[in-house]
Amino acid sequence: MTNDPRPYAREYKGGQPPYLHSDYGSTVKRAPKRGQIRLEHTLSEVTGPTFTSGWAGPEMADLTRQHSGEPIGERIIVAGRVLDEDGRPVAGTLLEMWQANSAGRYIHPRDQHPAPLDPNFTGAGQVLTNERGEWRFLTIKPGAYPWRNTHNAWRAQHLHFSVFGPGFVTRIVTQMYFPGDPLLAFDPIYHSIADGAARERLISAYDPGLSEAEFALGYRFDIVLRGRLATPTES
Amino acid sequence: MKLIPTASQTVGPFFHFGLERPAWADLTGGGKAIGDRIRIEGQVRDGDGAPVQDALLEIWQANAAGKYDHPEDEQEKPVDPGFRGFGRCATDAQGRYAFTTVRPGRVPGRGNTLQAPHVNMTIFARGLLKHLVTRVYFADRSAANESDPVLATIDDPVARRTLLASAGATEGGVTTYRFDIILQGDGETVFFEA
Repeated sequence: MTNDPRPYAREYKGGQPPYLHSDYGSTVKRAPKRGQIRLEHTLSEVTGPTFTSGWAGPEMADLTRQHSGEPIGERIIVAGRVLDEDGRPVAGTLLEMWQANSAGRYIHPRDQHPAPLDPNFTGAGQVLTNERGEWRFLTIKPGAYPWRNTHNAWRAQHLHFSVFGPGFVTRIVTQMYFPGDPLLAFDPIYHSIADGAARERLISAYDPGLSEAEFALGYRFDIVLRGRLATPTES
Repeated sequence: MKLIPTASQTVGPFFHFGLERPAWADLTGGGKAIGDRIRIEGQVRDGDGAPVQDALLEIWQANAAGKYDHPEDEQEKPVDPGFRGFGRCATDAQGRYAFTTVRPGRVPGRGNTLQAPHVNMTIFARGLLKHLVTRVYFADRSAANESDPVLATIDDPVARRTLLASAGATEGGVTTYRFDIILQGDGETVFFEA
């Protein structure tokens, strides 16, 4: 009898993007060619960094108040929960979010898209989930922007999210999209996920209950991390 | 009723202002951590051998005593208040990165085995729709590496060697290890389906 840690569930076919997805040109020289070695989960995989409440003050959850003036654009509230596959909340985990401004321009020095920067908007925030796994950001809706993947290609509007979860293997970085965006149909990064239901999980839902009257539109986005297998597997 | 897990998407090229925290490349908190200080440095290269200038690496490791700072590590070993075990570093214009940390102790593997000292590593980049997972082992710990249950799952000895960081100079008590990450092609690093 050993004290092996209970492993995390494996991904299902099509539920995650492949490494090589030639419609997204940057994958071609960066996707490994050798098959991956399956790693049975040990203490190294089921543990991971923890973050304390010193991490994310209220100013980091409100991206509209990080400068002296108000940023330009459509104010949005983006909120949701971090859950595991069994629907259990993941409490106290760190979410980092970053995005383009309302004109579709990142503050990043390598972004050369000739759209204006907004002196009142950085576009980066961070929060810890509460005991119910809930989190919330107030921000500005990001604009679409061109990229050089193919001629006249445009990224669908999106927010980037980085989430830790309880262990090294629950780590995920993803993107949240907006419902009804016509660019989604043409976006190869979004379409790298073969399974339709998994793809649609990345589209937030407009939520009138989350909107605040005369102030901001609400979008709901739940993030589901890998769950734990029910019983330990015998090696 | 199981929920569908959220799918990964690339960090893209413009993540630095959202994710980069230069202080996190030093896991010792400026030297407060207990143990042998080491530096792990290297370069990330693509299938053309070109440096990857927009990668973000994260590491997670046990402390010098072989204990993870996490509630699921129930080993009777001390937690080091000066060492969390988590680091993050973005590559520079030459594709290089460097972490300052301590040499990890050994932790148990599955089935009452003992793992060789290792650092768990995650690689994010533009062009990686999903992050990659690898492990950094230390070439000068050959006896422990010989009996490591995870290295033993890699049949090809040449591939196995891609996970061994080679020891370089020791200066001011800090030994530097070199660990390059080849995403594709000749010398391709072993990546794990974790």
